[in-house]
Amino acid sequence: MIKIDNLHKYFGRLEVLKGINTSIKEGEVVAIIGPSGSGKSTFLRCINLLEQPTEGSIWIKDQEITGKKTNISKVRTNVGMVFQHFHLFPHKTVLENLTYSPVKVKGMPKKEAEEKAMDLLRRVGLAEKAGEYPNRLSGGQKQRVAIARALAMDPEVMLFDEPTSALDPEMVKEVLEVMKSLAGTGMTMAIVTHEMGFAREVADRVLFLDGGQLVEDASPEEFFSMPKTVRAKEFLEKVL
Amino acid sequence: MNLDFSGVLPSLPYILQGIGTTLKVVVLAALLGFALGIILSLCKISSIKVLNWIADFYTSIFRGTPLVLQLMLIYFGSPQVFGIQIEPFTAAFLSFGLNSAAYISEIIRAGILAVDKGQKEAAMALGVPYRKMMMDIILPQAMKNILPAIMNEMITLTKESAVVTIIGLNDIMRRAYIVGGQSYRFFEPIMLAGLIYYVLVMILTIVGKLVERRMRRSD
Repeated sequence: MIKIDNLHKYFGRLEVLKGINTSIKEGEVVAIIGPSGSGKSTFLRCINLLEQPTEGSIWIKDQEITGKKTNISKVRTNVGMVFQHFHLFPHKTVLENLTYSPVKVKGMPKKEAEEKAMDLLRRVGLAEKAGEYPNRLSGGQKQRVAIARALAMDPEVMLFDEPTSALDPEMVKEVLEVMKSLAGTGMTMAIVTHEMGFAREVADRVLFLDGGQLVEDASPEEFFSMPKTVRAKEFLEKVL
Repeated sequence: MNLDFSGVLPSLPYILQGIGTTLKVVVLAALLGFALGIILSLCKISSIKVLNWIADFYTSIFRGTPLVLQLMLIYFGSPQVFGIQIEPFTAAFLSFGLNSAAYISEIIRAGILAVDKGQKEAAMALGVPYRKMMMDIILPQAMKNILPAIMNEMITLTKESAVVTIIGLNDIMRRAYIVGGQSYRFFEPIMLAGLIYYVLVMILTIVGKLVERRMRRSD
């Protein structure tokens, strides 16, 4: 599904990603973890080209998205993204947040987009908030709407960039529940997270990044019970 | 004190007729200034350096010279440059519109930069192309923040429009001046003109507040 080959990213002279090679299979749920500054978010953001890789290539299905002739907008409609700080459109209602890009980017009829949006809102348990503006919602509700908004585009891959890090503790669970049920539908997911319990329970694979390098790539049981590297051991001692 | 407002009353309808002229100049100039201001602001934030330079140069010219000079240049200078004498009305709204665009573009630029960077990323991540992102996501949010500054510009425009008097356009100001000249009593008609401008500005202020309240619905 996704193939990443020798991915390098520089910010100015700072090398944030130092040659990452990995792949993600269809339907796989991958948790990306590591200390702050390890390049996890940058890695994730390269997959939908919010950051342009400096070197290396990324393939989604059979298309190289890092190629010169790639239609970036088209790639992004196929890759949903959920941000730490939600980034809902504050001047649009919840329903409008969900229907905006299906209608304006994909040309879906408005009625169809609204029906689909209501289905998605029911799925995340927020159908009754359709007419509200985002500022009236709690953090957890905002993030569930943000997930629904990304799903409204029918993406084949969903990226999550620390989706629960900006939430009050009591709201973390509701968002994780939605993600868990999404994983159950066979969605391909890449999740940058600090929720180790969630990674352990839901992920099929754990990628551990440190200093811009992919240090470990293992199943959750393996990674959490017997990490192979010193760096992973030290990290797990701090967070668990 | 030698004041007598009763003498000016018969001329009141004549002066009031100037409101139409003033408003027409202001509205057309505002539309031109706004449309051009948006384009200039987009040029200013563009990653294409040439567009930055052009927009910055434009702003520096129109901010760096007096409005009355721009008006005179367009009106009195047009026969030499274009070979035709343009109408006072055309010269008035053109010069005010072009001048206003310089100020409005700075206001909009600041407004766009103040919109959370995440909004742009969210739109990009949804595959929204640049043009739609600007028109539907970024500019509406920018407008909400800059509305007070835009209203300020509209008020300035309304008052400054009085300088069209010098190219002979029959606006409120010039009519008051003519009435004063006929009777050699300037204080009363000019006071009256001042009152009309004041009322116009008050109406603008109220309209601005209403629009602002409507735009804050989503807060």
